Amino acid sequence: MSSAASLTTLPPVIVGAGPAGIRAAETLVRAGLRPVLIDETAKGGGQIYRQQPDGFSRPAKALYGFEASRAEALHASWRALLDQVDYRPHTLVWNSEGGELDLLQVREQHYDGQPWQQLILATGATDRILPFQGWTLPGVYTLGAAQIALKYQATAIGSRVVFAGTGPLLYLIAYQYAKAGVEVAAVLDSAPFSAKLQATPAMLKGPAVFAKGLWYLGWLKARGIRIEYDAHLLAASGDQRLTAVRWRQQGQEQQLDCDGLGFGYALRSETQLADILDCRFQFDELNRAWLPVRDAMGRSSRDGVYLAGDGAGIMGADAAEWAGELAALALLQDSGRAVDATRVSQLQQQLARTRQFRQALEDAFPFPEQWVHEVADDVVLCRCENVTVGEARRLISELSLQDMNRLKAHSRVGMGRCQGRMCGLAAAELLAATSGQSVADAGRLRAQAPVKPLPYAIAPTVQQWSPALPVTAVAEEADHD
Amino acid sequence: MTDIHTPGSKRTLGTDVVIVGGGIVGASAALALRQKGIAVVLLERDVCGSRSSGINYGGVRRQGRLAAQLPLSQRAHHIWARLPELIGIDGEYVRSGHLKLGVCAADMASLENYAQMAARYDLPLEILDQQQLRRRFPWISQRAIGGSYCAEDGHANPRLVSPAFAHAAGRLGAQIFDQTPVSRIEHDGQRFIVDCPQLQVRAPLLINCAGAWGHRIAAWFDEQVPLQVSCPNMTVTEPLPLFMDASIGIEGGSIYARQVSRGNCVIGGGQGYTTSDTTARPGREAVLELMKVASGLFPALASAHLIRFWSGIEGNIPDRNPVVGPSHTTPGLFHGFGFCGAGFQIGPAVGEVLAELIDDGHTPTPIDAFAINRFSTASSTLMSTTIVSGDE
Repeated sequence: MSSAASLTTLPPVIVGAGPAGIRAAETLVRAGLRPVLIDETAKGGGQIYRQQPDGFSRPAKALYGFEASRAEALHASWRALLDQVDYRPHTLVWNSEGGELDLLQVREQHYDGQPWQQLILATGATDRILPFQGWTLPGVYTLGAAQIALKYQATAIGSRVVFAGTGPLLYLIAYQYAKAGVEVAAVLDSAPFSAKLQATPAMLKGPAVFAKGLWYLGWLKARGIRIEYDAHLLAASGDQRLTAVRWRQQGQEQQLDCDGLGFGYALRSETQLADILDCRFQFDELNRAWLPVRDAMGRSSRDGVYLAGDGAGIMGADAAEWAGELAALALLQDSGRAVDATRVSQLQQQLARTRQFRQALEDAFPFPEQWVHEVADDVVLCRCENVTVGEARRLISELSLQDMNRLKAHSRVGMGRCQGRMCGLAAAELLAATSGQSVADAGRLRAQAPVKPLPYAIAPTVQQWSPALPVTAVAEEADHD
Repeated sequence: MTDIHTPGSKRTLGTDVVIVGGGIVGASAALALRQKGIAVVLLERDVCGSRSSGINYGGVRRQGRLAAQLPLSQRAHHIWARLPELIGIDGEYVRSGHLKLGVCAADMASLENYAQMAARYDLPLEILDQQQLRRRFPWISQRAIGGSYCAEDGHANPRLVSPAFAHAAGRLGAQIFDQTPVSRIEHDGQRFIVDCPQLQVRAPLLINCAGAWGHRIAAWFDEQVPLQVSCPNMTVTEPLPLFMDASIGIEGGSIYARQVSRGNCVIGGGQGYTTSDTTARPGREAVLELMKVASGLFPALASAHLIRFWSGIEGNIPDRNPVVGPSHTTPGLFHGFGFCGAGFQIGPAVGEVLAELIDDGHTPTPIDAFAINRFSTASSTLMSTTIVSGDE
């Protein structure tokens, strides 16, 4: 053990208790450590294997379908870890400063600090969103939110539901909803069927995933559920809430009545914490996004910070488990402990194969590049700040804006509650197309704390004026503009 | 303006005046010079108006300034009144009133003394006792025992206002170069030769508006300014129902707060820390402290959320006044930097003053207190004074 490693007295900290975080924790526990496992939700499992609240009793098979055994295995690992890790449910990491994470206990609304020397970020992903007319209407959800409603709250987003967008989740969730007895009026895939055919040979590299995809598709078709390809969302309409969805297909507009719409275009990584921790980022073509760089073991550019799972690049739940284990092995190795080289190389091979398959998935469910050219000026781009596509386009042109942070400064895009986590990607597409640059050159929004809105309730109750900020007369007054 | 580009070498420009720094001061100076028909090249290391000028609290306030700044501040007040015609946007500028609160008897005595002084500069301030304060501003808790109100002070959106000054100067013909850091400046006896990676600018006159880095340029010309950086914390809440109908300061410093028409409360206070020569982050302790103080003063915040924190780099000078005026070592060099967290309101007036100094050789606005040679005779007591906070 190196002398530096022997000075390490703090337990490793893992942020996120999804597939990556749980496998990382398990690996560290196996090595005799007791990591801190920070989880924003109530129970481990992350989003894809999100557990039901206490008292809910749908069987795993009904909740997770083909993934039931994986979900159950992960949940079992999590339960087994509970008395071997320092588990912190309902805990949001909202900032980091000087070797300490800033935590919010979400339920008690109080502040806590967590010092760290080694940190594994397994922060997961959210839906990749492209706005369309009416996307803020009640009844319209992201695919991920629609899935949470079903898995966690045992409720559906409507009684007659349309799913639209693209990506594997589109078919999975349509299946899950139909299986739960909800009427699925249509699945609208923005990708043409030809893309899927062309991607088929490469998809065979991930035969299990491919077979599952085919199975969902076949299952949906067998039940007469309408599936449309090359279908581009135009509008969600309704007075007070959603009553119909409109799309364009091969030049023709079509419409369908529905009271629930789930949409999304695959996933995007949650990278703010890596950004706040000053990890270096680079543009990743496959993810069409700026991501924190990591080596083959999951080490970030910053000593002691490791990256795993969808938070560092979308690879799916299986890959997240492998990457979580690998990041933990990297951490152990860097602490001067021996790790099983065979296991390391096995995990790395599995991840490399997944990345190849990931390319095939991207070909089968391509990002709808025409969106940016077709989206109407009156569509709301940033819903927190109510900025329209037209307003952003106008400012980009008039002020010759080139960079996302300047677009934010001038238009308020990404300045609201979500801090650009929802609208940032669409705004980058718009900036790139309008200013004639690549998406890479449009740059990325700098992350700013807090990662999510921070309640004033965490401010300690004011008993008396605090000494830290002067609130009584001082000899030399400092003023401000 | 002459463009003496030679193939194989970097671009070379000749002009009348070269300005280093595209914050609100440099951009205002460029605009004022163009209004006088003088050729200007403006060099900005980043993007005009993106540093402290663009990310500060946004106070447009005369109240609370040192007496020496009040003539300049009054001049600026008239410029702010003409903002749309000057820069083409209203910049969300509102004369909401500026209310400076006191929380103890000593504060109130200090506010009264200040009001007497300000009256000599035609700045009317209204002293409110606790009852009057409760009646006029019922959203402020009883922690405040009184205040001093300046009806025509207010606030604006610095993100919009500061870049707009640069855009306005550009529309009038100023040549503006973003992302153009200055690596070296020499004076050949007649002209300044300003070197940037892709560009060389030659001009007989140079204005140093380099903000928190202005003292480094001054030092290239053997002028020492005891400037220290500070990093004010800024926070903003989610949009809330409108309640805060004045921009708030507190006697002695502490926090400062305003609410924009969208409903977000912008609240500053305490210090962050630098993460590089040019970047800063908010400080955790100070942000938590700010939340504590703010929710104690404004009960409406109790159930609100903060959605964003930020900080920036400010140049502070011990006597809390900026450096404005001609160099004492180098003819043709003028300075306008070191605004100690309070340059946003007076920035446009400083720009006009610098343009007058260049065009006429003098300005009707008193600026003696801001002379750069004041530090060569500075006493140690002056140097030991510390600045507690600022917001730009």
